[in-house]
Amino acid sequence: MKLIMAIIKPFKLDDVREALTGLGVQGLTATEVKGFGRQKGQTEVYRGAEYSVNFLPKVKIEVVVPSDLADQTVEAIQKAGNTGRIGDGKIFVLDVAQAVRIRTGETDADAL
Amino acid sequence: MMTASIKRYGIAGAIAAALSFIAMPAMADVPLETQYIFNSLSFLMHGFLVMWMAAGFAMLEAGLVRSKNTAAQCLKNIGLYSIAGIMFYLLGYNLMYMDVSGYIGSFAIWDAGTIAAADTLEGGEYSAGSDWFFQMVFVAATASIVSGTVAERVKLWPFFAFCVVLTAIIYPIQGSWTWGGGWLSEMGFSDFAGSTIVHSVGGWAALAGAIVIGARKGRYGDGGHPMPGANLPLATLGTFILWMGWFGFNGGSQLAMGTMQDISDIGTIYINTNLAAAAGVIVAMILTQILYKKIDLTMALNGALAGLVSITAEPLAPSPMLAIFIGAVGGALVVFAVPLLDKLKIDDVVGAISVHLVCGIWGTLAVVFSGADFVVQLTGIVAIGAFVFITSFIVWTVLKLVVGVRVSEEAEMLGLDKADLGMEAYPEFGAGSASK
Repeated sequence: MKLIMAIIKPFKLDDVREALTGLGVQGLTATEVKGFGRQKGQTEVYRGAEYSVNFLPKVKIEVVVPSDLADQTVEAIQKAGNTGRIGDGKIFVLDVAQAVRIRTGETDADAL
Repeated sequence: MMTASIKRYGIAGAIAAALSFIAMPAMADVPLETQYIFNSLSFLMHGFLVMWMAAGFAMLEAGLVRSKNTAAQCLKNIGLYSIAGIMFYLLGYNLMYMDVSGYIGSFAIWDAGTIAAADTLEGGEYSAGSDWFFQMVFVAATASIVSGTVAERVKLWPFFAFCVVLTAIIYPIQGSWTWGGGWLSEMGFSDFAGSTIVHSVGGWAALAGAIVIGARKGRYGDGGHPMPGANLPLATLGTFILWMGWFGFNGGSQLAMGTMQDISDIGTIYINTNLAAAAGVIVAMILTQILYKKIDLTMALNGALAGLVSITAEPLAPSPMLAIFIGAVGGALVVFAVPLLDKLKIDDVVGAISVHLVCGIWGTLAVVFSGADFVVQLTGIVAIGAFVFITSFIVWTVLKLVVGVRVSEEAEMLGLDKADLGMEAYPEFGAGSASK
């Protein structure tokens, strides 16, 4: 099993969700987060005074899939979350040791 | 008692008087008792519109402070409105209107006296209580201006102490010079509804406060940054409420509604008031779009108030096109005055000095387009400005030396809601939601 963690632009969340459910992904977790990357935030003007916004709002999604579905999932997120502009985010893939469905006690692939 | 009728003197009053003389035969048909009723009704109706401006100021300021200071800002607004009403009863009104010697009225508690018998009326009268009510809500507006500027760091009780002196003594004394029939009115100074007498006065008091209290921590200097308001819909609602209240502010300052001429003039005043505000908004929108590439909503809101303050010194005499021009210049002045004050490190949280002081001066000078004398207008602006700024500066400084005027650094970081009130404006948003 793989945990796929992606930081995406908030307005792309619905597109990514649709792309993943199309692949048969059964569920995901989305969190509103703030962060910065190479862009290092951006500059805004309030009442004539410039100030830098050091952390930009993003959405972090986390989804665990069977290992054979990982590459397709990454590709789907990369395509659906892409605008071609700076700040589109990143995708990370991690190994998962165990999964348990709390209601039934099912484990690993059955729990996803 | 020659009280509020003094306010009509000046250009607009002279024109209105001349026109009403021409139309006199038709107007003689309005029974004097009916005139009395309608004149009083105008004070009461326009007065409660101006009272509601207190809500406008409260919402504007609640929206432009950070969420950790919202409840404290609401408290200051309802507190100062209440202080203004009681101080104007105890001292203010008679200091402003009763037997004005030229520079000051009388120290006495206000009294409505007895109602005149209907058969003794000569025309132009109104109930004393309706006039008191109308004048009282004006002084509250002056105090509201101060609270917006010094928000987010002023100590609560010293702020209220300043409001006591402002509404009981400073405002009434300078008001007596013009509206009380004192030396400025004799000179011919014209300020129909108070661009200088109400708005600049609030602005000067606020400026003195901002200088004595100092800027919010972290606003200027190394790592200094703007502190965006927490609730712009609330600030927008507040601006609309103020805009609506301004029809009472300017319309009621006609001081009569008993004749066709008066009610027609009030109609003209409403139109000019609305045009000037609209022009202020549009100019502020266009200028911020050009200067900053994005439109600044808070500047557009300030633009509306800038137009309103600018037209307040003479909302009757100008043509609609002149009213648009006066409001448009006000809108532009605000867009440039706000960053200028920042350069001077004068921290004005809501832009009240730019709106009420700068545009108040402009509006008072703009009466020259309607025939006022430039030197006389300038004399009024400078005399009232010097008196209010110096007395306010002294009061703020004495408060600073005796009890202190700003909260501790820790309280400022924590937010005045928790530090002063022990409560939050939005507690259910969870811990930390109100921390920045």
